[in-house]
Amino acid sequence: MSGEVTAEILTTHILELAREGRRLDGRAIDDYRKVTLEPGYVTSADGSALARIGDTVVLCGVKLEPGKPFPDTPNAGVLTTNAELIPLSSPAFEPGPPHPRAIEVSRVVDRALRAAEAIDLKALCITSAEKCWTCFVDIHVLDHSGNLIDAALLAASTALSHTTMPRVRFGLAETDIPLDVRHLAIETTFARLGDAIVVDPSVDEETACQGRLTIATDEAGNIVAMQKGLVGAFGPNEVVELAERAFRHGDRLRAQIRGG
Amino acid sequence: MGNVGASEVPQLIGPDGLRIDGRRADELRPMRVVAGPLKRADGSAFVEWGANKVMAAVYGPREVHPRHLQVNDKAIVQCKYNMAAFSVDERKRPGLDRRSQEISKVIAEAFESVVFAEEFPRTSIDVYIEVLQANAGTRCAGIVAASVALADAGIPMVDLLPAVAVGKVGGHIVLDLKKEEDNFGEADLPMALVPQSGRMVLLQMEGHLNLEELKRALDLGVGGCRAIYEKMKQALRDRYSVDPPTPVAEVAA
Repeated sequence: MSGEVTAEILTTHILELAREGRRLDGRAIDDYRKVTLEPGYVTSADGSALARIGDTVVLCGVKLEPGKPFPDTPNAGVLTTNAELIPLSSPAFEPGPPHPRAIEVSRVVDRALRAAEAIDLKALCITSAEKCWTCFVDIHVLDHSGNLIDAALLAASTALSHTTMPRVRFGLAETDIPLDVRHLAIETTFARLGDAIVVDPSVDEETACQGRLTIATDEAGNIVAMQKGLVGAFGPNEVVELAERAFRHGDRLRAQIRGG
Repeated sequence: MGNVGASEVPQLIGPDGLRIDGRRADELRPMRVVAGPLKRADGSAFVEWGANKVMAAVYGPREVHPRHLQVNDKAIVQCKYNMAAFSVDERKRPGLDRRSQEISKVIAEAFESVVFAEEFPRTSIDVYIEVLQANAGTRCAGIVAASVALADAGIPMVDLLPAVAVGKVGGHIVLDLKKEEDNFGEADLPMALVPQSGRMVLLQMEGHLNLEELKRALDLGVGGCRAIYEKMKQALRDRYSVDPPTPVAEVAA
């Protein structure tokens, strides 16, 4: 009960600040927290990256294994994305089967990678209808300080950009080659706090918010995926404005991934 | 979108600008909404929309199961969206998959944005959506059905919640995708609108749209939702209107 009361007081405070264009951690409405990306964090994976947005920490590991293509896509490889919100990362997360929250993170990240055609699934075909690469993108949240969707995709995009196809390990060739990442999708998440819509919400802002909207963009000026979540609503004009803001943040973060 | 390696993309927009089923870009599939078809549920609705058949039932406000989800100062909305095994071409394994769980989550959040939850503290409003026959747009059909079912159950709400998917097909922005358009199109954007405020409480998207196309898609979707809104209201009127009283003279005769 005391938790509920403090949450209520904090929510009121966050909404009052937002009315004056201010935020609890001193950021402006359209300030994104500092992003750091550390590719190659886990050497046992074929590709990996540790992504931080402020205090949020997400680790992504990529593993490639030969498998069987789906019957309806005999000439394409398989991409599987999974996100784990492990109890180590937040008092709110519990052990057990995946919570809908975790499923949403996996699916929204998966949708962005797929729609942006981040990797060419046809290039993962080994023998038509018989053998293909299965690319497992596994995302572990280590510290949940808000905005998990953006952090998860940043980790995944960075990890994929530094992934080696382990052809030697599976006796498929004499040499390993890097996985070709064609398009970098970046997701930008916004939260409504009254009439203000802030980018990159913190955990407290997520609790206080009246609706969350994630917009994924690619480098060619396309919106490739969107997801509205939590209780709340957005108007069509707001969505278009937020898409413009998402392009600005996306371009900046894409440059950071390509650079590092 | 799900068409990687698929053999051939059919021509989705003809030279006359019409779609594979002869619709214009801004035309909805035929739609029928029936309020209150189920006896046991507190509220129910059936929606037949193109080749979709979706049933929704609402129970509650009632005790929360599991108990620990109970909230002291308001009701929670729980939703289960489920596709019947026989609702699609290739049998779907029964039970909750990740897609259904994600859809259930966003639908529950959409309804929680419009019901007056603070009127029923410590209770749950349970929404069940069963897709009996699927042909693209089942989450939107489910929302339309569930919204009418909530009204049929007498749950106070800000407004009904019409929903529709818009998309990009053969380079054109079109309303209400059917299966082939969903499978082979370039973008799919389902939305649910609160007509009173003009804001969306459900919004998802996958594919490729530039800013200009996004703007047009949202406009087209809002228009579609407003047309669906009228059908939803009519379904409730049909269910609850009382026949005009028979004139006394006729009774006497």
